[in-house]
Amino acid sequence: MRRRRAARGWGWWLPQVALLLALAGLVLVVARTVSDNMERQDMVLSLGFLRSTAEFPIAESFLAYAPGDTIAWAFVVGLGNSIALTLLIIVLSTMAGVPIALARHSGHMLARTLAGGFVDLVRNVPLVVQLLFWYGVILMAFPPARAAAQPLPGLFLTNRGITVTTVGITGTALPMIVTVLGGLTLTLITAWRGHLHKASLCTLGTIVAGSALWIVLDLGLARDVPHFDRFNFTGGLTLTPEFVAVLWGSVIYASAFAAEIVRGGLDGVPRGQWEASRALGLSKRQSLRLVIVPQALRMIVPPMNSQFITILKNSTLALVVGYPDLNFVANTAINHTGQGLEGVAILMLVFFTLASAISLAMNRLNARVQRGGA
Amino acid sequence: MRYVRTAPEPVRPAPPRPKRPALRSIVTGGANLLTTAIIVLFAIRTVPHLLSWAVTHGVWSGDGAACREAGACWAFLRAKMPFILFGIYPEAERWRPILVVLILGAATLWSLPRAHWTRATLAFWGFAIVASLLLMAGGRLGLSPVPTSAWGGLPITMLLTIFSLALGFPFGIVLALARRSDMPVYRWTATALIEVMRAMPLVTLLFVASVMAPLLLPAGVTADNLTRALVAFVLSSSAYIAEVVRGGLQGVPPGQRESARALGLGRSTVLLSIILPQAIRKALAPLTSTVVVIIKNSSLVLVVGLFDLLSAGRVSLNDPAWPTPYAETYLVIALIYFVICYGFARYALHLERTTQGGEGRP
Repeated sequence: MRRRRAARGWGWWLPQVALLLALAGLVLVVARTVSDNMERQDMVLSLGFLRSTAEFPIAESFLAYAPGDTIAWAFVVGLGNSIALTLLIIVLSTMAGVPIALARHSGHMLARTLAGGFVDLVRNVPLVVQLLFWYGVILMAFPPARAAAQPLPGLFLTNRGITVTTVGITGTALPMIVTVLGGLTLTLITAWRGHLHKASLCTLGTIVAGSALWIVLDLGLARDVPHFDRFNFTGGLTLTPEFVAVLWGSVIYASAFAAEIVRGGLDGVPRGQWEASRALGLSKRQSLRLVIVPQALRMIVPPMNSQFITILKNSTLALVVGYPDLNFVANTAINHTGQGLEGVAILMLVFFTLASAISLAMNRLNARVQRGGA
Repeated sequence: MRYVRTAPEPVRPAPPRPKRPALRSIVTGGANLLTTAIIVLFAIRTVPHLLSWAVTHGVWSGDGAACREAGACWAFLRAKMPFILFGIYPEAERWRPILVVLILGAATLWSLPRAHWTRATLAFWGFAIVASLLLMAGGRLGLSPVPTSAWGGLPITMLLTIFSLALGFPFGIVLALARRSDMPVYRWTATALIEVMRAMPLVTLLFVASVMAPLLLPAGVTADNLTRALVAFVLSSSAYIAEVVRGGLQGVPPGQRESARALGLGRSTVLLSIILPQAIRKALAPLTSTVVVIIKNSSLVLVVGLFDLLSAGRVSLNDPAWPTPYAETYLVIALIYFVICYGFARYALHLERTTQGGEGRP
């Protein structure tokens, strides 16, 4: 944007001063009204309620929680649920979006039509309706626990959720887990820096070190098979209908949008690029990897940024099926304590921070992609 | 001997792209055959189940008892459709929301063709909105008054969408202009407002509006649920519209402003009759896509207890005289939304295609 430096007389200063004054006046009036109202209702502005005990339950969470913990911890638990849900949706929907985009691009008439119909259908129905629909389907179509459906061995579908067999490690596995996680982090860092050769060495090292520790520490595997126990399943891992409905519905919804973004990126690369790279003697796979994808990524990353922020925002819809995300917890906490202003402030601050974090990460990725590095 | 061309060579059309026959694409080649096989196998596994649920075992008429131990309960929807479409509006007065839906629907359809974008249409919209509010609220012209808490169903969805657009549009333009202003205070204020609104989930915003309303309003003034929700909607839609309009403004070449200024036009004239019309024309197609977003968002009012299409459907499921056919109800509601949103999405596509060709023409 070009801005003229000249002509900064009254016509430039006066409107700005006027706006500043008007904003200050607005803030004053709002503050007066709010403090008047709070005084009338005997409300005190304080964050002390965060330290009081939360007397409400949180149906499920990734972090440990029990009624009686502090409200601050309840907020953290809700935040953990929100972040976990958002990350899962981001990863799964992006993974699902790519094949859908490729199907829409393919020469296979049936696949193209189906993928196109799927995208049109999913994008034009509100997500809330879809979440409620899937929740209803799980509650209605899945059998009661005593007649659980078992589509795969160790995977049970009931109207109380999906129960899966989990595999755990027996023995003192901590040194191995730390080693493997460290190796993976190192691999990711080197890959991100563009040293692909070093990264593959890191991967190899991680595998070797992990296996060696496995043998040295004499670790083993144990399956935790869920079994039916009078009323419900015990053992294994049970995903509640609420969580499954939110995750499934959101992934379906977001994957249609991701597919459109990916398709837009692929369409944005001129056909000449394909033809030229094939004419240069590159194979189909090479031209895709070296010519098409790098250019398409430049068009995919910026809209993906807003898409991921939308996913974060849409994760708050979990509350319509009763999955306790941050918004849900804040809502409950405010209803219990009456500290509306503080709760709302925390909520807004957290969402703004999370959205900014996504933006920051995506902008860094974007800078790399636009530079054409790695 | 020289050959001088006097007339330009006629532009030859591009060679036709080879069209792959549809049928052949399904059955030739190993990968294609595999894809077909997977799709067909999946269809064989699912379609008969769905058909038997929806059609052969579906219940199309009767009451709650007929629906037990059967497939899809379409009879429920036949019985509950008026409630889903018009909510808890008093039954004797139901002709009023029906008329509102017809008026607003007709106004929308009438405004679609480009030839109808005239001042008369705008005036008709003004009339339609006033008439709809009058019909819904009553209290005048011998109509019995109906409080907004009893409004419901499709009219709520339509009114929320129209008001978010009609009020969000001017705000959005002001915000977009302020964000591109050369005065930092305006630029910062607009940027902060837009970014905060865009970072905030609408559910949170609705929730904030309902929690904060009693605190923000001076003593003695109250706002009903509909007004609170509407404020949240207008705030968020103006932020979205501002970004779309900003895109349009960026698309207007700087030469337009410079040449208009060189012709001696004043700053405000340049803005109002040179820059904005071009910017808005460029922004029309994305604006129509924003309409789809707003319509879809209107379903969120269920979190603040308004009876839109979706909440009415949800409430109708609580009737103990019927089993609870969740899937069927939400399918039908999804279908209603789909028809409206898909229509607008196609229309946006059509606008995009036609404006590309007619760039620069008035």
